[in-house]
Amino acid sequence: MTTLLDLKGVTAFYGASQALFGIDLDIAEGEVVALMGRNGMGKTTTVRTISNLLRPRDGAITFAGQPTRGMAIHRVARLGIGLVPEGRRCFAPLTVEENLTAAARPGGWTQQHVEQLFPRLAERRAQKSSTLSGGEQQMLAIGRALMTNPRLLILDEATEGLAPVVRQEIWAAIHRLKGELAILVIDKTLKELSRVADRCFLIERGRTVWAGTPAGLTPELTDRYLGV
Amino acid sequence: MSRETILNVAILAGLLAVALGAWASGEPFVVQLATRAAILGMAGVGLNLALGYGGLVSFGHAAFFGIGGYAAGILASAAQNYEPLMTWPVELPGTTSMPIIWLTAVIAAGLIALPIGALSLRTGGVHFIMITLAFAQMIYYFAISWPAYGGEDGLSIYVRNSLGTLDTMSPLTFFLIAFALLLLVLGLVLVATRSRFGLALAMARQNPLRLTSMGVRPFNVRLTAFVLSAMAVALAGALYADLNRFVSPTMLSWHLSGELIVFVILGGVGRPCGPLIGACIYVLLEQWLGGLTDYWQFPLGVILLLVVLFARGGVIGLVTGRNANA
Repeated sequence: MTTLLDLKGVTAFYGASQALFGIDLDIAEGEVVALMGRNGMGKTTTVRTISNLLRPRDGAITFAGQPTRGMAIHRVARLGIGLVPEGRRCFAPLTVEENLTAAARPGGWTQQHVEQLFPRLAERRAQKSSTLSGGEQQMLAIGRALMTNPRLLILDEATEGLAPVVRQEIWAAIHRLKGELAILVIDKTLKELSRVADRCFLIERGRTVWAGTPAGLTPELTDRYLGV
Repeated sequence: MSRETILNVAILAGLLAVALGAWASGEPFVVQLATRAAILGMAGVGLNLALGYGGLVSFGHAAFFGIGGYAAGILASAAQNYEPLMTWPVELPGTTSMPIIWLTAVIAAGLIALPIGALSLRTGGVHFIMITLAFAQMIYYFAISWPAYGGEDGLSIYVRNSLGTLDTMSPLTFFLIAFALLLLVLGLVLVATRSRFGLALAMARQNPLRLTSMGVRPFNVRLTAFVLSAMAVALAGALYADLNRFVSPTMLSWHLSGELIVFVILGGVGRPCGPLIGACIYVLLEQWLGGLTDYWQFPLGVILLLVVLFARGGVIGLVTGRNANA
């Protein structure tokens, strides 16, 4: 499989304080990769550097063979990165349909296709996204990212703060997406992650400390890097 | 139909009814006032595209209003004096044909708005307000100091420009022309705001970074909105010059930029017909209160203050009781 995204020794700063000290991460075309670590270890920061929302100081990021250093944010997105940010972030006064279509780019993912994945969005098509439940907003955020026809979908805490039933729906959708495009998932539920991910990366204090298959995640590793 | 749609139709029908009624009862001056309201409303509708939908508070739209006015004035005066507009590289005569004048006004304003917007949109907030004002002032002083077209004294259009075989000197005919163009501009603005471009513009206002991370550069969307908005304002300016049969640098002054913003805020920011009702109220106050006192802008200021403090959705928001959706 060809490498889609590759991070090598990425460091990043928020002002004077260093957040990333050396992230190594790679995702192959069509692969599902889990990014794990405790709170504050740099998972979201890593995602921000991938999208160029935060400029890395050192290290190299290449997406689809192109180095993204210094590239404008919208150009990085257009290379094929669909970001579903933490906290959903829909455009509240716009309707579901408007949220979906505004930034859509041509490709296999159409509104119809997204509504098949999340039938609830079809029911809520003309509703303002501020009136949706948290789970529906999450579905909308994922749908919106898919409508840009990305090659890599980044899900940052996609099931956070949702009811267990709704979480199951989101996980089911991720399972259905698997194989269609590469996915980078950040989540807290180890059980679900190890079920869907092809590979996992553990990060601690802004460094990649372990990489391997979910089967290789021993209790020692999870206790050391994920347990509280 | 939502309440706002009904209200919008009522506003437009009301304006038309006032003009027709006044004409029938032999009050050409009232028709003139209705025309003024329609034209100023059109300029407000144009500004609203940038200010209301795009959140771009331009304090320099008088520049485009004046450019439209001067396009009409310069073309007409050249034609009426039988002087060519220019002799090099090709000899270009003036014209009194309204469609050509409108087209010239709109294109000229678009071409000037493009660099102004491209530079101004690199800033934001207060700086954007000030830089648009600065550009408008540059054009204002240029018009004052350039003697070829009247300089500070302005430029007269002896006979209103022509549109086919219509008698444009008839107040009612001219009102209907302005009203038809107002409907056209309103329709185009509605189509634009409901298109993907309009959605992206709303997103750029709400959260530019989020839009960027979805692969759309807010700058391009905003620049398009700024240019389109300038074009609509220029069309209104061309009509305004024809209405008064006079163009002067006053049309370019920052007072007018302020008035346009007042129309938008008074009527309702981001509401399709908001600026129109704002302009109607403005014209009415100017006429009635202006007859009573020279200081009629004082009560206008009080009303504006009340609207800003207690009716954030403007008059339209007050009547429909809902927040703007765009």
